[in-house]
Amino acid sequence: MTHPASVQSTGETPPGTGTTTPQRARRGWLLLVPGMLWLALFFLFPTVQLFFTSLYDPAGSYISGYQMTWEFRNYLDAVVDTWNLFARSFAYAGIATALCLILGYPLAYAIAFKAGRWKNVMLVLVIAPFFTSFLLRTLSWAAILSDQGPVTQFLQTIAILPDDGRLLATPVAVIAGLTYNFLPFMTLPLYASLDKVDYRLIEAAGDLYSSPVTGFRNVTFPLSLPGVVSGTLLTFIPASGDYINAELLGTPKQYMIGNRIQAAFITEKDYPLAASLSIILMAIVLVMVIFYVRRAGTEKLV
Amino acid sequence: MPDRSEPSLDRMVGLAAGHSRSLSRRGFLRGASLSALALSSPSLLAACGTEGASVDQAACKSTDLSAREKVINFSNWIGYVDPVNAKDTSTLEKFKQQTGITVEYNNGDVNDNEAFFAKVSPQLQACKSTGRDVFVLTDWMAARMIDLGWLQKLDHSNMPNVKANIIDFLRAPAWDPKREYSVPWQSGMTGICYNAELTDPVTSFEQLLTRPDLKGKVELLTEMRDTMLFMLLMNGSNPEDFTDEEFSEAIALLQKYVDNGQVRRFTGNNYVDDMKSGDIVACEAWSGDVINLLGGGKYKWLPPEEGFALWTDNMLVPNKAEHKTNVEKLMNFYYDPVNAAKLSAWNYYFCPVSGAQQEIARFDKSATNSDFIFLDDETLDSGFSFMTLDAKQEQRYQRQFNEVQSG
Repeated sequence: MTHPASVQSTGETPPGTGTTTPQRARRGWLLLVPGMLWLALFFLFPTVQLFFTSLYDPAGSYISGYQMTWEFRNYLDAVVDTWNLFARSFAYAGIATALCLILGYPLAYAIAFKAGRWKNVMLVLVIAPFFTSFLLRTLSWAAILSDQGPVTQFLQTIAILPDDGRLLATPVAVIAGLTYNFLPFMTLPLYASLDKVDYRLIEAAGDLYSSPVTGFRNVTFPLSLPGVVSGTLLTFIPASGDYINAELLGTPKQYMIGNRIQAAFITEKDYPLAASLSIILMAIVLVMVIFYVRRAGTEKLV
Repeated sequence: MPDRSEPSLDRMVGLAAGHSRSLSRRGFLRGASLSALALSSPSLLAACGTEGASVDQAACKSTDLSAREKVINFSNWIGYVDPVNAKDTSTLEKFKQQTGITVEYNNGDVNDNEAFFAKVSPQLQACKSTGRDVFVLTDWMAARMIDLGWLQKLDHSNMPNVKANIIDFLRAPAWDPKREYSVPWQSGMTGICYNAELTDPVTSFEQLLTRPDLKGKVELLTEMRDTMLFMLLMNGSNPEDFTDEEFSEAIALLQKYVDNGQVRRFTGNNYVDDMKSGDIVACEAWSGDVINLLGGGKYKWLPPEEGFALWTDNMLVPNKAEHKTNVEKLMNFYYDPVNAAKLSAWNYYFCPVSGAQQEIARFDKSATNSDFIFLDDETLDSGFSFMTLDAKQEQRYQRQFNEVQSG
């Protein structure tokens, strides 16, 4: 979903350089060509393909091939069968995003304002998980949360978890996995945003007798809003389409829409169903994002 | 449609990825104009639907470079060949010494029949090379690929051992009566594995899915045929011949055990990890895995009281593979009872080669009498296989099964 946004913003760049000569403007456009071609080939073209695939006659199969019959009913069938998976995906992704914000904000704040000479070290630590594979990190969570593992045993000892309770293969594990895996996507934009804030403004709030809470609410937080918005988007969007966490840390009862799409494409080879589910997911996320960005009113801030 | 669209698609991808071998200016222009055409009128590509996946065998000719290139690219499941890097004992090493052919062994390239099918179908559908000379797939998938015309016909004169030594049970399956396209690698059984230290013996699927002490500590397989075979058996249906209604009833039964939390999740080979960590104490499992991946001992495997599944994984040579003769030599090699014995003594799967039992007796007494490697006729007859499904049935059943899996 970040692609349309980048198309839009790159499209707006040349008018901003209005004072340049026509030749330089043309050079600017030329520099955009590789990016635009890339997007056309690997985003626009597959999306159009996907859209057409979603309208194939579901009576076809991979052996007989699929006829194009403009079967808009596919969408209705897909929604009726899987609305609960959509709901679950957005709920999990929403909770994970909120947790990321709660965990990531103080972290980004500390890196931006309090870290001093440790700033770079802390930034590297935030990015460090990316040095290992996403799959491997998720599998280690399976080991950490395992029924015989230290976390579960400890929670059972202090009676937070019943003796026959478990963490792995529950929604807790899936949401924890999502939160962990996407935390850097929240922290980095937040940091970038907070780092740009003029600290004197925050000091000024104190000088004008605002309490720390009021100062945060009226000065710091509004100034960091661009980071909050891009952080939540970068977390929520991939998290709602994720299927690895549900697959490795969850059970069928925690499966998300990504798992269903994967199964429809790979094992059922029901391409129309899989494609319409993908398009629906994209559409819902797009609508949510537009609504959210409007509400957050970041245009004024960026 | 794909005839026209796919070359241009390939060229576009090739261009973008820089894979194109000789990127001449004209080639670039042609590619660029084609892709521009494709983009400006995408309807040309997708709006007319797709053609079927089958390939005309007469039109899809493969060349054999075996005489010049002494290599084989071999894709297999994990836990299926004795350790490749054990230079003194490895069967693949011995094959190299005998024939001069090096085997590039892709361990675990196949992890799931359907997923592997998805991986190779774009190439095979378009009569292109998959880069693999031989891969190993289960009966029903082998049958599907034969139907689609994706496989090369084998020349039995290059592998006399196969005809001479294949056990009668596997000699003439209905889907390849003359073994023209497939040669069994190993066979195996699907049944129950349990951890004897953590639970009492689990002897039936009924117990596996209803015993309260196993709640949430049980896993089933993601392979639809494996799991549904037992569900059908539990309902008293015949997995080799059942109706849509019976299948739906079996699905309802499975749904019940997923909903009440008895089944923790569905897995492929990775049930092995969950057994090792102790998160589960019993599961649906493939016979040889319990020995060669779990190490036997406290991990016990048994055929459930309801019956067990019997299947065979077959070596197949896809279209456009360029080392068919080399592969035939490999097949011949593994049908020599001496080598077959070495292989089965390691992987503990059911050996398709007669005479291997006498060979095993020479070096491994415990394997000689293994119920996993050598099945008597009575056991063979009692094993179930899954009804053959047509494409639409397959899709419908798979969908029902996936919907249970996704809650």
